[in-house]
Amino acid sequence: MTSPPRQNDANTRGITRRGLMLAGIQLGVITTLALKLRSMQVEHAEQYRMLADGNSIKIRLLVPARGLIHDRNGIVIAGNEQNYRVTLTREEAGGEVEPVLRRLAQLIPISDARMAELLDEFSKRSAITPIVLADRLTWEQFSSIAVNAPALAGVTPESGLSRVYPRAGDLAHVLGYVGPVSDYDLSKIENPDPVLMLPEFQLGKVGFEARMEEHLRGKAGQRRVEVNSAGREMRQLSRQEGEQGATVQMTIDAQLQNYAAQRMGSESAAAVVIDVQTGDILTICSSPSFDPNKFVRGISSPDYKALMNHDHRPLADKTVQGVYPPGSTFKMVTLLAGLESGVINAGSRFFCPGYTEVGGRRFHCWSRGGHGTVDAVTSLSHSCDVYYYELAQKVGIDRIASMARKLGLGQRHDLPMSAVAEGIAPDRAWKQARYGQAWQVGDSLNASIGQGYVLASPLQLAVMTARIASGVEVRPRLVRAIDGVAQPVPDFPALDVNPAFLRVARAGMDAVMNSDTGTARRSRIIREDWRMAGKTGTSQVRNITAAERARGVVSNDQLPWNRRDHALFVCFAPYQTPRYAVSVIVEHGGGGSTVASPIARDIMLFALNGGLPPLDAVPGDQRDAMEERHNAMHLFAPDAPRLTRA
Amino acid sequence: MSLSYLDYKVAQTPTGIRKILYLNWPLVFLIAAVASIGFLMLVSVAGGKVDTWAEPQMYRFAAGMVIMIALAFVPMWFWRGISIPAYVICVLLLVGVELVGTIGMGAQRWIDIGPIRLQPSELMKISQVLLLAAYYDWLPPNRVSRPLWVLIPVVLILAPTGLVLIQPDLGTSIMLVAGGGIVMFVAGVSLWYFGVVIAAAVGMVATVLESRGTDWQLLKDYQFRRIDTFLDPTADPLGAGYNIIQSQIALGSGGWSGRGFMQGTQSRLNFLPEKHTDFIFTVLAEEFGFVGAMSLLGLYTLIIGFCLYSALSNRDRFASLITVGISGTFFLYFSINMATVMGMLPAKGSPLPLVSYGGTSLMILMLGFGLVQAAHVHRPR
Repeated sequence: MTSPPRQNDANTRGITRRGLMLAGIQLGVITTLALKLRSMQVEHAEQYRMLADGNSIKIRLLVPARGLIHDRNGIVIAGNEQNYRVTLTREEAGGEVEPVLRRLAQLIPISDARMAELLDEFSKRSAITPIVLADRLTWEQFSSIAVNAPALAGVTPESGLSRVYPRAGDLAHVLGYVGPVSDYDLSKIENPDPVLMLPEFQLGKVGFEARMEEHLRGKAGQRRVEVNSAGREMRQLSRQEGEQGATVQMTIDAQLQNYAAQRMGSESAAAVVIDVQTGDILTICSSPSFDPNKFVRGISSPDYKALMNHDHRPLADKTVQGVYPPGSTFKMVTLLAGLESGVINAGSRFFCPGYTEVGGRRFHCWSRGGHGTVDAVTSLSHSCDVYYYELAQKVGIDRIASMARKLGLGQRHDLPMSAVAEGIAPDRAWKQARYGQAWQVGDSLNASIGQGYVLASPLQLAVMTARIASGVEVRPRLVRAIDGVAQPVPDFPALDVNPAFLRVARAGMDAVMNSDTGTARRSRIIREDWRMAGKTGTSQVRNITAAERARGVVSNDQLPWNRRDHALFVCFAPYQTPRYAVSVIVEHGGGGSTVASPIARDIMLFALNGGLPPLDAVPGDQRDAMEERHNAMHLFAPDAPRLTRA
Repeated sequence: MSLSYLDYKVAQTPTGIRKILYLNWPLVFLIAAVASIGFLMLVSVAGGKVDTWAEPQMYRFAAGMVIMIALAFVPMWFWRGISIPAYVICVLLLVGVELVGTIGMGAQRWIDIGPIRLQPSELMKISQVLLLAAYYDWLPPNRVSRPLWVLIPVVLILAPTGLVLIQPDLGTSIMLVAGGGIVMFVAGVSLWYFGVVIAAAVGMVATVLESRGTDWQLLKDYQFRRIDTFLDPTADPLGAGYNIIQSQIALGSGGWSGRGFMQGTQSRLNFLPEKHTDFIFTVLAEEFGFVGAMSLLGLYTLIIGFCLYSALSNRDRFASLITVGISGTFFLYFSINMATVMGMLPAKGSPLPLVSYGGTSLMILMLGFGLVQAAHVHRPR
């Protein structure tokens, strides 16, 4: 077997020649590989580097903290709170989420229905998408989950900010609320900010929150993160915090608003307090209200149904959205129209027999017996209807409507709130356009006492009263400062009404409260330096039928609630140096002098006093009742978190 | 040079334990250096952990070294003697795989013998070289280009190739043909035959591509898809082309000096597939850049160079052919792997020799290098 190896020179030469050829071929291949390497790693390295970074580096947005909203004294009325929540990522749970969920259910309550909902969601969404299992956890729940994290694969406890309204229902209508962005929201926005796509982003849905969205939103921050091929985040490369939205200070006085809400109680009512010089709205409160925090968290269906079916319509904003026939509170408008047109002067008198007959139709004064001889001041203090029926026939509707518009009725005041109503200050052209009918004298008579076609919101009535009180064209405002920068109060032009006539109207309103026969005398303020002038109003929500009149059934007490008249009241104080104007409407409250005026008076007192109305400011017989009411109120302590900067 | 019989028997041929001094030591160190690069990369892809892949691989390599050195002691007459039985056994094993083989990686390639997983197609690469070397050692050189004497080795090559092809394993089939072709080439078979075979291969590839979608389709659908992916990886970036695109990105982004040990984003963030096995070269290229990749290529080139030098300076025709055949197979291994991850060849699973994690290819290679060492140690002097 050990035969010597075959070897000869020819063989060696042959092998050597072919071996060198092979070496050449192999070297060629190796050179090709090296050149390709050089091309990729040296010549095109930049390009591949960019591709690699694009692969692995993703930009994640950080939701900016929403701007705070303060009241005029720096009390936080819309803030942000830590929201503790847990998310679960299917991929990290090892694909099987149910056992993890069952274990988690031992730590936090998860109903069977919710469990089914979650399992369904997990089956639909991608394995790497974190899904929120529960939010608004207590700190105890949150920490128990964090402690048990090793047994809960894929569960991540997270904390973020969520909107909170510390004053709950008090400011619900004016502030509105925020909520998650819906497809519908997105469809309305052109070029939506990418931050809107984040599931935890909260968008202003209605009210101030919605209208001031661009100020409150802030700027999203950015995180550059490295992700793996499955899209999972591996580490953070850089983090640039977002910019919190601007702190917006409103003109609202949260304590006053709180008092107004409590004072209206469960009535279906609205109150507006406005600074007659600056137009600052100190209170704009609709009652009953709702808790906007429930909407932020996602209101339950039964809660929502209860709000929808409530006959006092808690979701409606009665202050700006609700329009009502202003009733006798409109009489200042008619009076001023008469004075301004020169048809009457302050001393002009009309005789009130209790009714006026026009075109064969009898228009009644509220006082069946009549008021006898009535002048401008007593027409208001007695609220004599006949005086205005006579006046209206002489002045004509167009001049009344024009005065109404001067005083801020029949126009939409530009406030950052939702559904601000325009109201109606009717004239001939309006009726022609709206109904295609000619204006009738009877229409003028109805309009002169704020009935018929006239419609105004409590906000408009407050503006009207403020303009009468100040003599300038006050425009309401809600924003006092943005990010500490005070919004300038415009120099309002003087009202285009002779100041002397305004004094007459004010004197009439003063007589309403302070003369012996004034309709709202009971609600007067007895402190002379806070002396208040006002006007009652009662607006019919139904036509009194002839049959009813014949039966004499006119008392509101005997009617079902929703058929009773609305009670209205407007006032300003102090009489000599007016500061605030207040308007109050109590839906189906009956007469304005009995229901609306005490509420308005108490709110005015709170505004003037900067705190609970002092008992000695009201007539002696009402003090016990007032004290009792105060004791029953749930008022927020004034030492709530404040803005450091004034 | 002419030596006396005595000189040859006593003075020049090392015997016993002294043979170890006559090993091709540069080759041993080069192999160890390449394997060490492999260990380093296996640590990197395991995220810094040694025990995941590097440690088992080190044990295997140590075992491989022992096998290589042990085989270096075995004289050439033994290898010539077992060339025919080894070939027959390998063919039988390939048939056995067809009959009892278990399913592995979608193709029947393994045979389980107790705890050992045997891949006969890998073993075939060595025993084919052995048989062809023995054949051309036996055949007088003046007959190597005669048609009949060319037909015999062609049949010897095509028989196992056919068996591997039906597994189906196109990549190994091509390597068997190419490996056999290298031995025939160096043995001196006329270049005309190679020209004809290459022309026929080109024609066949055209025919295969033409057959797609017809009822006489010659390749499986997945093989066609691989070809598509190779021709345009970006056409299906998240599907079949994903691997090759990510691999190219990893390679290219390494740049001149790389992104640093364990700093490659493509490998660390799992954009790279099979990074501890078939795509380990991309990890090296990403983390150590052009410098690192060229260093490995340089080491491979030196290994080929030392083997060829040993072969060409060996006057034993059988030993020369074995050395050329095995180094040629080794060359095919790394060049196909590198060309694949660089997107120059269709994606197919092939390990990077001495570097990729895995026992079979490492053992086969060390077995092969054992033969190369034996040829070196026992060269006529």
